[in-house]
Amino acid sequence: MTDPIAAAARATPDPLARRIRGLSDRAIAWLFVAPTIFLLLAINIFPLIWTVRLSFTNYRANRPNEEVEWVGLRNYIRILTDDGIWANMQTTAHFLFWTLFFQVLIGFTLAWLINRKFKGNDLLTTLIVLPMMLSPAVVGNFWTFLYQPQIGLVNYVVELVTGTPASSFSMLGPGGLAKWSIILVDTWMWTPFVMLICLAGLRSIPDYIYEAAEIDRASKWRQFWTITIPMVLPFLMLAVLFRGIENFKMFDMVVLLTGGGPGNETLLASIDLKREAFEKWRTGYSSAYAIILFVTVFGLASIYVKALNKVKER
Amino acid sequence: MTAYSVTEPTGRSKLVAGLLVTLYAVITLLPLLWIISTGFKSGPDSISYPPKVVFEPSLEGYVNLFTTRTRVAAEEFQNLPPPETWYDAIVRESGMVIAGPSRFGERFLNSVIIGFGSTFLSIFLGTLAAYAFSRFKVPLKDDLLFFILSTRMMPPIAVAIPIYLMYRELGLSDTHLGMILLYTAVNISLAVWLLKGFIDEIPREYEEAALIDGYTRFQAFRKVVLPQAATGIASTAIFCLIFAWNEYAFAVLLTSGTAQTAPPFIPTIIGVGGQDWPAVAAGATIFLLPVMIFTILLRKHLLRGITFGAVRK
Repeated sequence: MTDPIAAAARATPDPLARRIRGLSDRAIAWLFVAPTIFLLLAINIFPLIWTVRLSFTNYRANRPNEEVEWVGLRNYIRILTDDGIWANMQTTAHFLFWTLFFQVLIGFTLAWLINRKFKGNDLLTTLIVLPMMLSPAVVGNFWTFLYQPQIGLVNYVVELVTGTPASSFSMLGPGGLAKWSIILVDTWMWTPFVMLICLAGLRSIPDYIYEAAEIDRASKWRQFWTITIPMVLPFLMLAVLFRGIENFKMFDMVVLLTGGGPGNETLLASIDLKREAFEKWRTGYSSAYAIILFVTVFGLASIYVKALNKVKER
Repeated sequence: MTAYSVTEPTGRSKLVAGLLVTLYAVITLLPLLWIISTGFKSGPDSISYPPKVVFEPSLEGYVNLFTTRTRVAAEEFQNLPPPETWYDAIVRESGMVIAGPSRFGERFLNSVIIGFGSTFLSIFLGTLAAYAFSRFKVPLKDDLLFFILSTRMMPPIAVAIPIYLMYRELGLSDTHLGMILLYTAVNISLAVWLLKGFIDEIPREYEEAALIDGYTRFQAFRKVVLPQAATGIASTAIFCLIFAWNEYAFAVLLTSGTAQTAPPFIPTIIGVGGQDWPAVAAGATIFLLPVMIFTILLRKHLLRGITFGAVRK
């Protein structure tokens, strides 16, 4: 061996350093990546495979000594033909659609206003962002206080602004308001997320494009629709992707606000899944349920990412 | 006179925009201010109607948060020696005596241990992996990176079922170690993606120069790359910490006694006839304040953190 580096390595007194220098870059790469991959395999992938396996059985975690039977696709068939579960899916879709709608609308408007670069916009942006970083469970729990029937702050403000008597409605009780109440809290929390991403999009548009449009005498309205919107769209779609995945999985905030009630009015799929898995202990059945949810979100996200890439290429 | 610019908004449009955004900020901060102020209200003040904006501040909520109290018989109450401390005195006013400390302190400490433990581990493993992904040719690199990201798409409850069973077998249920490992597994995807972005931005030339100077790869990593990536590592760490701090679903399903963190505990603080709102608000304030401060410190890297490094401003 006449490799000068190896020769230098042999001359190094520290035996550890010598051994390490002996490692190829490829070996170092694997050494560095392996612990992460191992951890993810142990705590993410292995459990996922286990869930798939359980989903074909009638196993119940609260009766570990009972004999486990293979039931084939029965759990899947039961879930897909269950009207209750389709109702939960509709509840989830309602929540998903309206939270995204309001967050995009308000978030984009705010970003567009903040982009006027008025004095103090940095400070206001930081303040507006605060709710999004807080614990959804703790905040969700506190909103039940703001939503108290008759005496809650929300009822008071509604009476003050619209004149509707505060005692005539209940934000989380029966009467159909609960599914809008959870949308309100989610919008309050996550609008800043959409806003921040839109702001990044708006700031990425170079000034010279507007200057060129101005020379061509394009109206402000036309500039907005032909420059601003298309340039921000990839950012906006990314924000929708993140919020969509998160809200499909939504559990903590809503479970503390309503627990799925009144009745089943706000029973999102993941809250229902928690009941099946950890209250009724139908482990096999809920594993199938979990797989169906995972495949749904994964499938929808993949289709969406394809669309997003098309928009980006344009 | 400044030069006329077509892209600079007019003074009036700035004013209108500023007012509208300020209005939104006031509305959106109102619930947070309400949490903080409710913590300093007395029990009756907290549920009075119309809601009280001006009230006599009281530390009752904070005292209730940290203590458990019992009611004693009337004549016994009369014969008690005078209260020794200010918090004794506050509890006496409501006709009760302090029975002992509450569990809030323990739960908060659990949040700190699990939060910092999992953050340290995620950053340690994440930095190594991110460096490898950034600098070396790792086979199937893109697939591995996507695999790391996709683990975030699973609903927590879906993963919780087998983890519950696995932890039961391994004796990790309701232990600090179990929660630290779990949160590390969830956070590591964020850590790898963010840190890879930060390390990508450090010019390779620095390390190459160090290697030529006779540094080993490890030395170059430790003495050249790590100091350069310090800001990125710090902000990634804060993101990991905030996630572990806020997490509820796994905590409520996998812990009950010894390792329970604060988020599942705070909603269970009850007083006479329902939740003790001043105490809940006091707990929420203590729990939320660190995150608010971190958010303000992080504001430059916020966007990057919440989008897994996809948007960098």
